[in-house]
Amino acid sequence: MSRLSLFRRDGQSDRVVPPSGHTAWLTSFTAGAMAFLAVFALALSLAAGRLADRWSDALERTATIRLAAPEDQKDVQTKAVLDILATTTGVASARALSDEEQRALLEPWFGPDLPLDALPLPRLIEITEGDPGYDGEGLRQRLAAEAPGAVLDDHTRWRRPLAVAASRLRLLGLLSIALIGTATAAMITLAASAALAANAQVIKVLRLVGARDSYIARAFVRRFTLRALGGAAIGTVLGMIGIALLPSTDTAGGFLTGLGFEGMGWLWPLTLPPLAAVVAFLATRAAAFRKLRELT
Amino acid sequence: MIAFDNVAYSYGGGELLSEISLRLAPGSFHFLTGPSGAGKSTFLKLCYAELLPTAGRVTLFDREVRSLTRDDIALSRRRIGVVHQDCQFLDHLPLAANVSLPLTVAGRSSEAQDLTDLLGWVGLGQLASALPPQLSGGERQRAALARAIIMGPDVILADEPTGNLDWEMSLRLLTLLVELNRMGKTVLIATHDLNLIRQAKSQIAARVLRISKRRIQLAGADL
Repeated sequence: MSRLSLFRRDGQSDRVVPPSGHTAWLTSFTAGAMAFLAVFALALSLAAGRLADRWSDALERTATIRLAAPEDQKDVQTKAVLDILATTTGVASARALSDEEQRALLEPWFGPDLPLDALPLPRLIEITEGDPGYDGEGLRQRLAAEAPGAVLDDHTRWRRPLAVAASRLRLLGLLSIALIGTATAAMITLAASAALAANAQVIKVLRLVGARDSYIARAFVRRFTLRALGGAAIGTVLGMIGIALLPSTDTAGGFLTGLGFEGMGWLWPLTLPPLAAVVAFLATRAAAFRKLRELT
Repeated sequence: MIAFDNVAYSYGGGELLSEISLRLAPGSFHFLTGPSGAGKSTFLKLCYAELLPTAGRVTLFDREVRSLTRDDIALSRRRIGVVHQDCQFLDHLPLAANVSLPLTVAGRSSEAQDLTDLLGWVGLGQLASALPPQLSGGERQRAALARAIIMGPDVILADEPTGNLDWEMSLRLLTLLVELNRMGKTVLIATHDLNLIRQAKSQIAARVLRISKRRIQLAGADL
């Protein structure tokens, strides 16, 4: 039985099997609920991917040099560090953060009236990496020799766990979709098996008059595939509406409010109904042929 | 057409049929008789590959049944019309659709006039749109016969086809089967109704087989 023959109009094949009762709405409901959940899992996965990219982009090409030196040597060592950076291959630009910028960085923790002069704060120098990048180890050695108070922080220790967390989150999203697909297949298999068992007498009559397994299976497979497609389409639309109604990132900020689709990403959930139909097709087909061998 | 070569059939540890060798020649008319539980229905099921022999060979249209795939069996059954005592139908379809079911599953369309003629021939012309649960026992048997012959099968197997019928209706059904045999169909009827057999033998040269002690033998003049 080819997939094309599945969708070919075959009223006779449909009619020989009586309506399947509760398995009809069970299949549609299952496919709809699973598609609804899959939309959110997909949104989570895509959002995690975007987050990983954002963190990566923001931190990957930048580094910071933290310069802790006595107050009277701070300017001299800052200049020395900037000179080193100016001659370091792979450093696109470097600049020391002003007191105002450092105050702004600390303000969330210490408040707006921070007496910066009274605190022994290190000088921060921001580096933007060129392409290709600089040799981190070589730069560290030069800094140790010429500006002993300077420590290069290439953000690796921040970036790595963030990237790992984001990629794991994305993986979890994809795993959820796979689990949802498997659960859908299991539910549809059960529903199809129940429908086949309930129609054992019909199947016996059909086999007696010379119906091939493919003919009998087609009626069930077509029915369950179309139900899964319809249910999943409704679930997907509802899920997409739910995602669209989430507060926008601009309004509230934060990861959860970024849980949505952007641009072409809105096309991804549209793949869920056909995917559900394929899952239903394969699950019902396998169940039908297995059950037919058992029944007759 | 259908041949048995030293066939045995066992189930549940007991042998029901043993050393069966038989050939149903084209155009022949056979009765199969024997006490209830002797294995008549089992023999018929072996004839249309509903059951497979536990020993020996059953050949269906020159092919050994064990070598047939499920599709092959389905195709073979299109050449064999089967009528059961408890003839089963698709209760949600009208009689006409049930009778033409073999054509439907074979992907062939039935000419409306042919179907009407067939229903008229078995005396069900007025019941084409009736649902099976609305039919009497005799009407169901005749509908089953119509369904069994609509594909123009080579062989007609009937398992106690008159079991639920009165004598008048039994004779009517027998007449239809005799007519089919005269058209060249091979007919095998399993029955324990000796009066029916005697009636048939008065009309046609029918062989009578009897299952006794797990074996099939030709019945003598005691019938």
